[in-house]
Amino acid sequence: MSPPSITDLDELGLDQGGHLLLHRAVSRAAPGQVVEVRGRAPQLRVHLAAWCRSEGHDVEVAEGPGPVAGWIRPGPATGARWQGAERSGPEVAERAPTRWGLAARGATVEAGGVDFPFPLNDRAAVWTDAAPAIYRQAAAAQWDPATAVDWNAPVELDDDVEAAVVQVMTYLVENENAALAVPARFLGRIHPHFREVVAVLAVQVADEARHVEVFTRRAELGGRPLGLSTVGGQASLLTLLEEPDFAVAHFLLSVLGEGTFLHLLSFLERHAPDPVTARVCHLALADEARHVAFGMAHLAAVLEADPGLRPRLAAAIHERHDALAQTAGLNREVFDALVVLAAGSWAPVALADGFRRVQELSAEMDEGRRRRLVKLGYPPEEAAALSSLHTRNFM
Amino acid sequence: METLLMGAVAYDAKVVTIWDGFKQWFSANGLAFDYVLYSNYERQVEALLDGHVHVAWNSPLAWARAHRMAKARGIEVAAVAMRDTDCDLTSVVVVNAGSGIEDLAGLAGRRVAVGAVDSPQATLIPLSHLRSEGLEPGQDFDLVHHQVGVGKHGDHIGGERDAARALVAGTVDAACMIDSNHLLFSAEGTLPPGSTRIIAQTPSYDHCNFTAVATAPAALVEQFRSLLLGMSYDDPEVRPLLDLEGLKAWRVGRVTGYAQLEAAVDESGFYDEEGHVAAVDYRP
Repeated sequence: MSPPSITDLDELGLDQGGHLLLHRAVSRAAPGQVVEVRGRAPQLRVHLAAWCRSEGHDVEVAEGPGPVAGWIRPGPATGARWQGAERSGPEVAERAPTRWGLAARGATVEAGGVDFPFPLNDRAAVWTDAAPAIYRQAAAAQWDPATAVDWNAPVELDDDVEAAVVQVMTYLVENENAALAVPARFLGRIHPHFREVVAVLAVQVADEARHVEVFTRRAELGGRPLGLSTVGGQASLLTLLEEPDFAVAHFLLSVLGEGTFLHLLSFLERHAPDPVTARVCHLALADEARHVAFGMAHLAAVLEADPGLRPRLAAAIHERHDALAQTAGLNREVFDALVVLAAGSWAPVALADGFRRVQELSAEMDEGRRRRLVKLGYPPEEAAALSSLHTRNFM
Repeated sequence: METLLMGAVAYDAKVVTIWDGFKQWFSANGLAFDYVLYSNYERQVEALLDGHVHVAWNSPLAWARAHRMAKARGIEVAAVAMRDTDCDLTSVVVVNAGSGIEDLAGLAGRRVAVGAVDSPQATLIPLSHLRSEGLEPGQDFDLVHHQVGVGKHGDHIGGERDAARALVAGTVDAACMIDSNHLLFSAEGTLPPGSTRIIAQTPSYDHCNFTAVATAPAALVEQFRSLLLGMSYDDPEVRPLLDLEGLKAWRVGRVTGYAQLEAAVDESGFYDEEGHVAAVDYRP
């Protein structure tokens, strides 16, 4: 039997933090070893007995004067809480058990916890090794809408051109609302163990919130009411919001939708009739390029783990196309507004130029989609066919 | 399959969580178990003696009444099990450190705060202790009750906390409370650190027990006791239930720790010998 270990609380009371010293002494005691408690706090003996009772330790309280307050015989529950506990890392797990809940990756998790509703908990379904680096880039690239855009720059456009800008901005806001809602829907379902993936999507949601703000602000800059929102456009976006599978939704949104938007935003920056429009499209373009990169990295990783997903993704494009076959697709006003923006005026010769440029944009978008599909392992012919089925609403 | 029926007093909403959890655990371990909630211990004890429930999770005062009623009816009740935290409690009498009151004699003519009229730990036992030291409540000092959760035998901590607050506010000269609550109130700041002094501590006494009536099916009661005693704090399924109920381990019930309370009940006339409620100012 070990001799008693001695813990001296000096003048510290158990109501003033002295329990820390007792906890430490008890947890360090060898099996069967008694902890002798010394101290001069006036109520130490009363509190020692009460503390030991609540902690499940036997105690003998000293009688008479002297520095010894009592002797603790640690109870069997000492340390019991951590029996069966498990480390949740530090490596990224193949599967994060739902019982790990919200614990930090690498934390030791007490056994017996409740299951958390994080159904996306397979590494193969959510993880990409690119996530940490993309998150670092995303965090470093955040910009402040109040200062990143010179809102006082001159915007003096013809009424017709301004109306076209407002219509395009109205359309962009609608699409960015979808791009915000889709990752937001999955954010709360992904196990926090995959924290870099959660972080990338969280920043993506914040990015889209800023895009909604700056596009709205540009639309309102000229004092005009916002433009038109069509049934067909919204129907196309609803199919994105309703997609229940994370990989499929991420594919449709980030690889195809946002991928197509890269060309649109680049086109708008290039042909913007005013510096504010050019700037907001430039800022959004940089963010969207990151979203597409993450989508590509995620899908590449998922497809590597599960090649059977490839035909399912293709089927999702077909299903979406079929669902939208009876809708108008891109609204006429948006298409026309893009022509006017690219034309810069309503002169017939300028409109011809604008029309040609929008046709070129359409071809660029198709080319981009095909390139990304090929990169994800689709044969060129299938990639071309799938690209042609993409929604006419771009996103 | 016969079901063991247990009574418990709903002193807090968590009581439902606790006994629902126990019910599931007992069921998973082969004991058909259900519980009935009462709003006060008097109703629960009467139900136990009338055979409406087999076992009651009783306060020490409810135990005192149950065995008086049982004796009067010629039947037996037994303490089946209790928490480790029900054993060897004490109550303390606390004054403000700067009050100049050095001992119990200094309480003569003063105002002493206690808990609810039916609280064993904050009223009945400490007042009995003061009587044993020659101080008759209401005669030698004024009594200030803090009637929170009357009928719940002091299970609700509010009465003791209100007594502690009255002491800090200076509206009373002393307050009675369980030793662990003096530690709790001091640590949480209800009693500012170092602001109070303990001038008396009662001898140790025991608190709650599961009381079984002799008419209950013996095999079920034994299975109940056996399962309780087998609950281990090591078991992650069990640990949350034990944490909620405030124990590390169940112990075999003992009735050797209730003498102080029995004396207090007799002195104050709280119950008569047959377990009738005799306290005139008690409205559970």
